[in-house]
Amino acid sequence: MNFKNFREYLSWLYFQYLLITGIYVLEPWEKSIFNSVLFSAIAMVVYTSYVFIPIHMRLALEFFHEIFGGQPESTMTLMN
Amino acid sequence: MARSTNGDSLKQLNHNGLKWDDSGKNGYHKKPAEQKHGAGNGVASRQNKQESFEQAPMYVAVCTYMGFGIVTLFGYFRDFLRAVGLEKCNLAQEREEQKDFVPLYQDFENFYTRNLYMRVRDNWNRPICSLPGPVFDLMERVSDDYNWTFRFTGRTIPNVINMGSYNYLGFAENNADFLKTVADKVQQYGAGVCSTRQEIGNLSIHEELEQLVANFLGVESAMTFGMGFATNSMNIPALVGKGCLILSDELNHTSLILGARLSGATIRVFKHNNMHSLEKMLKEAICCGQPRTHRAWRKILIMVEGIYSMEGSVVRLPEVIALKKKYKAHLYLDEAHSIGAVGATGRGVTELFNVNPADVDVMMGTFTKSFGASGGYIAGKKELVDYLRCHSHSAVYASAMSPPVTEQIIRAIKCIMGKDGTTEGIRRIRQLAENTRYFRARLKEMGFIIYGNDDSPVVPVLLYMPGKVVAFAREMLQRKIGVVVVGFPATPITEARARFCVSAAHTRAMLNQVNTVTSLQWP
Repeated sequence: MNFKNFREYLSWLYFQYLLITGIYVLEPWEKSIFNSVLFSAIAMVVYTSYVFIPIHMRLALEFFHEIFGGQPESTMTLMN
Repeated sequence: MARSTNGDSLKQLNHNGLKWDDSGKNGYHKKPAEQKHGAGNGVASRQNKQESFEQAPMYVAVCTYMGFGIVTLFGYFRDFLRAVGLEKCNLAQEREEQKDFVPLYQDFENFYTRNLYMRVRDNWNRPICSLPGPVFDLMERVSDDYNWTFRFTGRTIPNVINMGSYNYLGFAENNADFLKTVADKVQQYGAGVCSTRQEIGNLSIHEELEQLVANFLGVESAMTFGMGFATNSMNIPALVGKGCLILSDELNHTSLILGARLSGATIRVFKHNNMHSLEKMLKEAICCGQPRTHRAWRKILIMVEGIYSMEGSVVRLPEVIALKKKYKAHLYLDEAHSIGAVGATGRGVTELFNVNPADVDVMMGTFTKSFGASGGYIAGKKELVDYLRCHSHSAVYASAMSPPVTEQIIRAIKCIMGKDGTTEGIRRIRQLAENTRYFRARLKEMGFIIYGNDDSPVVPVLLYMPGKVVAFAREMLQRKIGVVVVGFPATPITEARARFCVSAAHTRAMLNQVNTVTSLQWP
């Protein structure tokens, strides 16, 4: 389709979001309530992943390294 | 047929600047293997036509349920606000003194009306201020408080393309030449009959109409009634009673269901158009008989419709007749939408399938759809119709059909049969068939899911989600096309649809415009 600019594309995306979730039939203040609840839920998910995912990834990598990669390093290579 | 140009039609779709990739950006693309079409347009190839009832992808059903769930949650929220008193309740409520009585408005239907239907009810009951021809005028209606009340701005919306009226052959017209005989009859008989058929309401024009209907259908005799719904609901009780069995299709119209319930017979429902289900039920009925006493059923009546108005599917008449003859049952065929609209000369599904009309025991139809009038008829053998004249509630108690309406039907039938000396009737029938094929083929090319047989002028386009249904109706009206959208109580909850009714009076340009606008809706 021809979208004259990016803003029109964004407003079409918002319209599709309204239709798919069924929010389209609600009154504007109800739409705001739903949007704010959804946005805060997504924001909390993003924040939690930002805080916890690096730590969990590091712990997981260490765990698997211990199981599979716990070979003793040879002293010969270290001395050379 | 447009089907055969499938290859280059995909390139033609770019005329409105849209690119179509095969994932079907406007939704729910069909797999080509499912489409089978008989070669040629002859009657014999009708048996090859497949009816498609394609299922939508899973994510669509999930989104539909999610949409309903969210709006239901908000409905509970609003009900809570109303109960607490933060919001005024605009619908009926119990009085203070009655708050301890059995609650009146707490069932699901009232909840649904309050919280879902009221939000979007501007799409229904739109007032029309012209005749319902191929284009019509609507009164402009706005609401200041989200559809609780409406007010008219005083303007009309002129020349809205009418895709909702059952005006299949275009007889809803106000051309003075065509309506001359109707005006003459009003001069002669007046406008009202002021009596029932059995008292002093049996006019000579009624006899003429019944004779004409019997000739048109190729049966011995016919009887007409003033209202189509009442024809079904008041005559089925006269035909069957206790001790009889009614086998009724799953998707039968409310008038048939009401008539069946009023009759007191046992009702069993078979799956829609499914001959195995019907045969199984017939076998069981013959073998086991009535439920406790195991006596034979007094009568077995199979009730089907010619075209089902919500799906656009056509009954499998030859197979039903074969079953009926094998198991010695009777057949009641309701041709409300199919009379005048299908068949090479408009005689309905019996002509479509090349079946002898004498094989159908009771042929019923209405004049509301293809003939542009109102009322219904029952036709069949002379003994049957004579019996109904005495024993039908509608004949004894309902007021007779009024003379101008009767004359309108007479002139419409004469036009279709060619008895008025012109080829206008056959031209309209051919135009309707061509419009139907063209419209369906174009919509299928665009990738919409469309139910039903390729011959039926009723075209349901599946939209599924409640938000889409509402947005579709509003956007189409903004672009001056009037459509009928149907949602939950009339259809299953996940299958909301928009129903187009093609008419012989639509020109190719109108259909093209509807197609263009429809394709713009789902970019």
